[in-house]
Amino acid sequence: MDLHRLEQRVVEAVNHPLWTLVRKEMTDHMKSFRFNILMGIILLTTLGSLYTALSTIRDAASSIEDADQWFLYLQMLTITDEEGTLYPFITFVSFLGPLLGIGMGFDAINSERNKNTLIRMMSQPIPRDSIILAKFLAALIIISVFIFFLGFLVIGLGLMFMGIPPSFGEFIRVTAYLVMIMIYISFWLSLSILFSIRFKQAATSALAGIAVWLFFTVFYTIIVNLIVNASMPDQLFQTVENQQQNQELLTSLMRISPNYLFSEITMVLLTPSFRPLGPISMEQMVGYVPSPLDLIQSLTMIWPQVMGILAAALVCFAISYLIFMRQEIRS
Amino acid sequence: MTTMIELKNVSKQYKEVKAVDRLNLKIKKGEIFGLLGPNGAGKSTTIHMLLGLTEPTEGEVYVGGIHATTRPIEVKKRVGFLPDDVGFYEDMTGLENLLLTARLNGLKEDMAKERALSLLKQVGLEDAANKKAGEYSRGMRQRLGLADVLMKDPEVVILDEPTLGIDPKGIQEFLKMIRTLSKEKKLTVLLSSHQLHQVQQICDRVGLFVKGKLLAQGDMESLQKQLFDDYSVQYKVEIGTTSQNPEEELNKIPGVQSVVPQSDGTYIIDLKQADNGELARFIIEKGYRLFSLEKVSYGLNEIYQRYFQGGETLGSS
Ligand SMILES: Nc1ncnc2c1ncn2[C@@H]1O[C@H](COP(=O)(O)OP(=O)(O)O)[C@@H](O)[C@H]1O
Ligand SMILES: [Mg+2]
Repeated sequence: MDLHRLEQRVVEAVNHPLWTLVRKEMTDHMKSFRFNILMGIILLTTLGSLYTALSTIRDAASSIEDADQWFLYLQMLTITDEEGTLYPFITFVSFLGPLLGIGMGFDAINSERNKNTLIRMMSQPIPRDSIILAKFLAALIIISVFIFFLGFLVIGLGLMFMGIPPSFGEFIRVTAYLVMIMIYISFWLSLSILFSIRFKQAATSALAGIAVWLFFTVFYTIIVNLIVNASMPDQLFQTVENQQQNQELLTSLMRISPNYLFSEITMVLLTPSFRPLGPISMEQMVGYVPSPLDLIQSLTMIWPQVMGILAAALVCFAISYLIFMRQEIRS
Repeated sequence: MTTMIELKNVSKQYKEVKAVDRLNLKIKKGEIFGLLGPNGAGKSTTIHMLLGLTEPTEGEVYVGGIHATTRPIEVKKRVGFLPDDVGFYEDMTGLENLLLTARLNGLKEDMAKERALSLLKQVGLEDAANKKAGEYSRGMRQRLGLADVLMKDPEVVILDEPTLGIDPKGIQEFLKMIRTLSKEKKLTVLLSSHQLHQVQQICDRVGLFVKGKLLAQGDMESLQKQLFDDYSVQYKVEIGTTSQNPEEELNKIPGVQSVVPQSDGTYIIDLKQADNGELARFIIEKGYRLFSLEKVSYGLNEIYQRYFQGGETLGSS
């Protein structure tokens, strides 16, 4: 009897109009020029960065026997060539990922409102929240598929060129990194959906999204540095304690920025030898041995950052939800 | 006859404007009701409240006995709504747009297709079924809208300014289509318009809606009567007399309210009630010669003009 009820529930959930909407949104995205252009850009930059990474690695790695210790696959994502002319994959991702998120969401609701399709949708027997949820899910699914495609492209190319399969640890790290990208992009996506609800003009909404992105990529660092410098007594030689305090202040301020959180996550996941997050005390310094962190340690270390980004995404979505549910149709 | 749509003392207050003011309205099953009012009267607001798209500040709204504000989804299952200036997904074909609506209403795929094609045929879009909706003309979009509304096989159809922006010939066709479909499918129809003669053509009953208030409702005749009753009935008479002061004499007509001499020598006489021959007899008995006597009639048009343009008193026409 209970099983029957459960079955009914499942059938209901599967037939929920939400999925009809999600499917429609996904088709729209895949057919849209915008998505294809964004995808093309990211694909090309990925290939470009992998090409340089692979040639750099090949030069360096020919003399190495113990490939495991080298984390070749992680290197593929992070290495730059000697001249520093081409950026590594992670730089592109942290740069283009937010743009992808903003690009997929900035006109989610306002374009439907302006084309008068929103009111027609709202007069169908579907819960109102399905509409924004579908927008979010559809974009997220597509982005995820694309990100995982990129990830496996990396591994595939690595196999082809280096002939060594990734170690289990590397594989998990790369996969975890891909999931983190998804979470990071979903933050930008839900921010831009929020803007698309709040702003009537798609152009305004896009600009608002880009402004936030620019703020965190460029200005926020400058501002934080200014604050920290201002709060620091103007001394040439600072005590260690002083330095440490400043470092702490800097880090905690920087952690408001989702970009910074994501860069920390990236570093920890893809550079196992990379150590500290935030200040290191003298005591820690003393016994400092740069041995790679193991997987569990890395994951534990980034956990707060992941939660931070996730929380930011959820907050944006919750605000969107609240505004959307109460908003007048014509406003 | 059961009541299909009921508004009980409904008000809607936006920040500064009271868009709908204590509206009471009942629409019977199978009826075509026209909500007639100028722009900004609150027609769309009323309609949105019926669908649970907007919450009334005060009062209760029921559609088919269901409380529209608290159970909007139930209402939307039974009500097809064509918003003013309806929009479709432009890179989907007309047919695809209808199929999407069908899916959202939980229709089975094969049945949906069958119904969509038959409706497209009924609204005369069978040739454009596979054309992108973005390429449709305004009139075609409106017809697609009608088909879209009927996809869910509704009991009630609500059309907000359905004839706006279509050319006159298209309007005639469209109105006829609404009339035929509604009788065929025994639908209850509520349509809003600011064009009297369109409402006049197809509605069983009309409500005159101005500044959020329903001034009068009923079929055309009773509406005319209700509105006339507010005003006296006027007659224009042309008489020949040697009397010095016929105006004074005319004022003795039973039931007279006023006598106004016109510049062309005629008189406009206001009576409390319609004249049943008394007027002519009185004049003749006075010994005047009666050249002409005509009722200065206000068609609905004049009434409508008066209400909608606001402020101006009814003049002789
Ligand atoms: N979302 C809104 N916010 C504020 N005022 C509104 C809103 N929607 C409508 N109104 C006002 O309510 C009044 C009635 O509008 P509406 O229902 O659209 O009239 P109609 O459909 O009869 O032309 C207008 O004065 C309009 O400005
Ligand atoms: Mg309107």
